[in-house]
Amino acid sequence: MSLLEVNDLAVSFVTRMGTNRAVDGISFSVDIGKITAIIGESGSGKSVACYSMLGLVPMPPGRIDGGSALFEGQDLLQMSEDQLREIRGRDIAMIFQDPMTCLNPFMTIGKQLMEPLLYHKDVSKQDARARALELLEEVGIRDPETTFDNYPHQFSGGMRQRVMIAMALINEPKLLIADEPTTALDVTIQAQILKLIADLQKNRDIGVIFISHDLAVVADIADQIVVMQQGKIVEGGDSEHIFHHAEHPYTKKLLAAIPADSKAPMPGEPETLIAVRNLCTWFEQGKGKEPVKAVNDVSFDIKRGEVLGLVGESGSGKSTIGRSILRLVPVTSGAVDFDGTDVTGLEGGELKRFRRRMQMIFQDPFASLNPRMTVFDTLAEPLLLHGIENRKSVASGVLKLMDDVGLARNFVRKYPHEFSGGQRQRIAIGRALATRPEFIVADEPVSALDVTIQAQILDLMQELGKEYGLTMLFVSHDLAVVRHLADRILVLYKGEIVEQGTGEELFERPQQDYTRQLLSSIPGRALLE
Amino acid sequence: MWRFIGIRLLQAIPVILVVITVTFFLVRVAPGGPFSAEKAVLPEVKAALEAQYRLDLPLFQQYVAYLGDLAQGEFGPSFKYPGRSVNELIGAGLPVTAELGLYALLVAVVIGGIAGVIAALKPNTAQDYIPMTAAMIGICMPSFLLGPLLVLVFGIYLDWLPVSGWGDIPGDKILPAITLGSAYAAYIARLSRAGMLEVMSQDYIRTARAKGLPEWQVVVKHGLRGGLIPVVAFLGPAFAGLLAGSFVVETIFQIPGLGRFYVQAAFNRDYTMILGTTVFLSTLIVLFNLLSDILAAWMNPRLRAQFGEN
Repeated sequence: MSLLEVNDLAVSFVTRMGTNRAVDGISFSVDIGKITAIIGESGSGKSVACYSMLGLVPMPPGRIDGGSALFEGQDLLQMSEDQLREIRGRDIAMIFQDPMTCLNPFMTIGKQLMEPLLYHKDVSKQDARARALELLEEVGIRDPETTFDNYPHQFSGGMRQRVMIAMALINEPKLLIADEPTTALDVTIQAQILKLIADLQKNRDIGVIFISHDLAVVADIADQIVVMQQGKIVEGGDSEHIFHHAEHPYTKKLLAAIPADSKAPMPGEPETLIAVRNLCTWFEQGKGKEPVKAVNDVSFDIKRGEVLGLVGESGSGKSTIGRSILRLVPVTSGAVDFDGTDVTGLEGGELKRFRRRMQMIFQDPFASLNPRMTVFDTLAEPLLLHGIENRKSVASGVLKLMDDVGLARNFVRKYPHEFSGGQRQRIAIGRALATRPEFIVADEPVSALDVTIQAQILDLMQELGKEYGLTMLFVSHDLAVVRHLADRILVLYKGEIVEQGTGEELFERPQQDYTRQLLSSIPGRALLE
Repeated sequence: MWRFIGIRLLQAIPVILVVITVTFFLVRVAPGGPFSAEKAVLPEVKAALEAQYRLDLPLFQQYVAYLGDLAQGEFGPSFKYPGRSVNELIGAGLPVTAELGLYALLVAVVIGGIAGVIAALKPNTAQDYIPMTAAMIGICMPSFLLGPLLVLVFGIYLDWLPVSGWGDIPGDKILPAITLGSAYAAYIARLSRAGMLEVMSQDYIRTARAKGLPEWQVVVKHGLRGGLIPVVAFLGPAFAGLLAGSFVVETIFQIPGLGRFYVQAAFNRDYTMILGTTVFLSTLIVLFNLLSDILAAWMNPRLRAQFGEN
């Protein structure tokens, strides 16, 4: 018998705009000691399906329309809120996507960790503490005794996710639901967390539902995979079947979205557009403290028309390099030669003239767009500011930009919140292109997006790069993405360049341990070879 | 931490200086003077009086001399209460006003806090609309209307509570405290509702529910701390506002507090008294703002850590 058997589950949201079927009659099962992965893009209903079984979807507006979810033979959907609450956190535990926001910032992690144990089981505080410390040790938190009374903000993202996992396991649940547990993390950390979840699951012989938008992530760990689209399961089966004999076009599209190939080398010997020499960007920590050497003595060239990839994990200084070149952070020492002029010394009007030739695209397209400006305002502003269009011609300029980045013209009066993540990133790209720049710094432009959208945006950037003759610095923690787009790649570690080469060279013949570690962290690597 | 407090105190100095300067010149621009209402006095007597209070000096010299007094903590003699200094008068009125303010604050926090939290738990239902409508009425209702209404209902028709006085009859502090606190209760209700709504939509609340905690524990243990930070940050300005705004209530209920001295001083053109009370209250406002900012920061572990480092 399966641990969990879901039959024909249907969930709707009833709003003033009408009824929206989020989950439309799905069936799947989870066996003891196995991992079932649910794959689908945002809005496909994969999270709603799991949350609704546990009574974590607010009703109203949510409504369960039918079906059953048998957990050890008992239907979760027929249980009262009190019965469900007894099961939540004791027999079925959850890990969520963003460890930054899912832990209470006002409570020490020790307290949060002990809470489910103290509530569900009759144990003393000392025993709970001992158990919590044991688990912290097991999930790889160094020195749990001293960190027990720390607050979440004192941990890194990866460490917080470990705490979340410990919290989920503290009552030794029979089923663990992991909702995109690695999406918010760097690839190297992601690899560690995936391994941790797989190990813990094997040791304990528990069932796991692993929700993700990325097929590659679950390639190595899932036993069963179901693929969801618009509330329905379009394809399901063991992972061997999905990866090698997928039939449904959507599954094939997801597989194709896994970035695989290296870019062909650039022809000829182009001139150098940007020469970075001995660049240092240090951040002062206050008196008597060593400054943080975010970028330390880095030198490299970017050729005209080239896409240079900059790879490293959080804190490696990769974003700071991009910001230093654009003068968005003060440079400590060194030179940045842009087309023959050292931009580190520019001030006022001269700097403004150079800024027009260099633009930036940010990771979070929502945070970097002004929520009170329509698409038109957002795109028209740089056009007018830099005198590229006048009052009369600005409308046609804006429409041209929208065409270029693939936004329908009738969206022109809409506000950022009315768009999806991928569309917002298109707006941000359009804004960056508005000043006709020669050089663009793209700082993790696709990290916040679903894989299929990711592939679309990467394609768009590649096309526009050619069309506008752009030189690009592409910053990312994800080697696979960079390889797809970049002519050359720099690998950065703790503010210094440890290796560089073409994608081909790095993937086939990595010279440094750190590069090898980055490569082995790419999810679903086995599948590519 | 100390650096932060030091900077904030330094920033307060120009603010208070501006308050002193503006008040000093404004009261003197107002028509009439402290002795103009007196019956005809001999010119010699008037001259003697003016000399005693330095009114015979040019305006700017009066100003400089006053600043000198202030620097020594002296608010000067009262013009209208001969033989008593402004320091004494403030000292006499302050304890009563402070006590009234404290009770009013208590009323505001307890009623406002509870109403706001209750409203936030079921937004856009009757449980939300009823307390929030009451809060809106509370904000709109001036105390000179609410006070007499409460007196009429509870003091006269129902005859449950005394209609005036302070500390003479048991229960005579209840109506003034409610009258003064109600507008602030309404503000706090709206603040805590907004704060709780924000917090209850956070991901970590979902985590708490996923742990299987009962709803009241989710609210009390995981929601309140973050939800009430805006309320705490408001407490300082609220208490200062209560002190400064208590004169209406003190007048309605015949309470011998600072507010009444203040209003009388304004009518009497009691220059030193007006100035003294204004400077004193504005200093209090600055201090209480600082205090509540520190407290609100202290409640947030992340900010607390930053304070500790500096």
